[in-house]
Amino acid sequence: MKQTPVTTGYGAAIRDGFEYLLQNHPSVFTIGQGLWSPWYVGNSMTDLDSQFGRERVIDTPVSELGCTGAALGAALCGYRPIVIHPRVDFMLLAVDQIVTQAAKWRSMFGGQVCAPITVRAIINRGGEQGAQHSQSLQSWFAHIPGLRVVMPSTPTDARDLLIASVLSDDPVLYLDDRWLYGLEEELPPIEERNLAQEGPRLTRTGQDLTLVGCSYSAHLCREAAARLSANGIECDVIDIRVLNPLDSTLMIKSAKKTGRVLAVDGDWRSCGMAAEVIASISEAVDPRVMRAAPRRVTLPDAPAPTSSPLERSYYPTVDYIVQRALALVGAQQETFE
Amino acid sequence: MRASSADTSAERNAFSLGNLADAGSYHEPLLIDPLDNEALMSGLQRMILIRVVEEKIGDMVSQGVVKCPCHLVIGQEAPAVGVAGYVRKGDRVFGAHRSHGHFLALGGSPHGLLAEVQGKDTGVSRGMGGSMHLIDIPNGLFGTVPIVGATIPIAVGAGIAAKMDGNGDMAVSFFGDGATEEGAFHESMNLASTMKAPVLFVCENNFFSSHLHINLRQPDSSVCRYAEAHRVGWARADGNDLAAVRTATKEAVEAIRAGEGPRFLELVTYRWRGHVGHREDEDVGVKRKDDLAAWKLRDPISRLAVSLEANGALDRQQLKRFWTEAHTVVEEAWAEASHDQYPPAKALLSRVYSGTMARKR
Repeated sequence: MKQTPVTTGYGAAIRDGFEYLLQNHPSVFTIGQGLWSPWYVGNSMTDLDSQFGRERVIDTPVSELGCTGAALGAALCGYRPIVIHPRVDFMLLAVDQIVTQAAKWRSMFGGQVCAPITVRAIINRGGEQGAQHSQSLQSWFAHIPGLRVVMPSTPTDARDLLIASVLSDDPVLYLDDRWLYGLEEELPPIEERNLAQEGPRLTRTGQDLTLVGCSYSAHLCREAAARLSANGIECDVIDIRVLNPLDSTLMIKSAKKTGRVLAVDGDWRSCGMAAEVIASISEAVDPRVMRAAPRRVTLPDAPAPTSSPLERSYYPTVDYIVQRALALVGAQQETFE
Repeated sequence: MRASSADTSAERNAFSLGNLADAGSYHEPLLIDPLDNEALMSGLQRMILIRVVEEKIGDMVSQGVVKCPCHLVIGQEAPAVGVAGYVRKGDRVFGAHRSHGHFLALGGSPHGLLAEVQGKDTGVSRGMGGSMHLIDIPNGLFGTVPIVGATIPIAVGAGIAAKMDGNGDMAVSFFGDGATEEGAFHESMNLASTMKAPVLFVCENNFFSSHLHINLRQPDSSVCRYAEAHRVGWARADGNDLAAVRTATKEAVEAIRAGEGPRFLELVTYRWRGHVGHREDEDVGVKRKDDLAAWKLRDPISRLAVSLEANGALDRQQLKRFWTEAHTVVEEAWAEASHDQYPPAKALLSRVYSGTMARKR
């Protein structure tokens, strides 16, 4: 008898990660705004408070800085807290604790302490929410030595990289994107992974073009690669997964093979993740090997609009990536010498 | 909320420091309970050690040998020593930019500090922190940092962790009056109060944030009003009176360990040197020159020594020996630290992450 595969969505997979951590690791607790409410964090933490108690699933006052600092303090005392910011934009009130405290303490104190804090923030964009409810800012945080930055693009990664982040001895910023919550897949059994061993992954292979992205952009790259394949163009697709510290080995290798790179990122263009990808490749690959100048697809360097026509043109889409890819593959001679 | 016996104002007032703000007051000997003589004698020795270490660092800063920014604690040794007397194993203490005294009061090694300010591998932070980033986990010092107010929420988290551990341990957060102007302070007090976290908040009110007097920064001189607002039990004491600091700390710590939640201490004191560096900076702020001279008569060390002599616990020879011994310890520690090695080149990349070398240039 044929069994119907059981699939799990991205949000539910995150919840599976939390459940696993809270069940198997007594040192884990979660703290943040909205953890006792059904709507702050989607379906990613539903009923964890009743399952594990409100001493370990802590809803808090409106104090992003205070709560992030408190999580760091507990991390210095043997706990593995996950501090939740239901939107990246509000997390910015806690930047001192993330960038100047958590990321620095290990190095600044000579490697004598570790700060195993996971900061989970949710990217929640679209829906005419506008400039202050739509930021992702991964490039900012990936700039910071000492802060590991993780962005899963599949339900399995959403679960397993959350677990690896929390079990890492370093501070980790884990960013998930509400636009990925609709993805579903069959999940393999949980395996605890060492985050230090995790990095970019090749999720599709091809000879003609390298597509590189993270999080929702990696998803768009996969969709675009399927469309391009129908047009006879075969792509390597690289899901960055761990943005900092960045291991560029795989993307360099792929660029040497295809000679063409399109870096896609749902963050701003200037000094962004796509720029880092292209710089890392350009420094390591002989220009004579390249068949075209590398290109990037990002947000325009403007705050997110509210008006729907503007919003539609603001975010990268599969259509747009396909267009840029076709131009890149067809235009190598006139654009690169 | 009880008034502390250390609070000498006739009417308990969360807004005003009263006489404690008057540089000309509190020059007389301390009121000492003879039962506390032994602790006060060892506190005196510790304060003398802190004074001598700080004078040495100040000299080395003035000679350009020590280059990292050093915020000297000369003149305000009593809060650190008084509070440290009630810190036990399992407690976690956090400090700020002016924390050499906290480090030494908790039992930190003068050599470790003197090596750290020279950036040596043998320093308490293995030469990676300098004066402003000190750590000494075996003695309960979990970290000091110079971002104003930054360790206050971290201490609250350490308190939450202590509560989860259930061993009756507490966190201690040392900060200055300037930090009470940071949002982090208020978020932390509210969070600790709401969660009944075992945290002792210690504000060393020395009137100055960098160059600016508290009268130019806040509408009232006492920061206890913030504790009142966050419903955290508070006490205020003369921060240059080791006996008063000990009394106030004892009561607060007993309440915290009994599970009553956080407590707040305001210890009124005065720094003799500038915000940073070895100079006295007489010309900054308001009436600093006149006040400094008067505050030197309120020296926490000589007032305690005179008082202990008066009640027969200390004699002149002993006191002289305390100073001589401190000088010997400090000179030896300095000489040793001066010959120590700097951190190896690989420390730059190997201490950033666990299990991963940081990327090279």
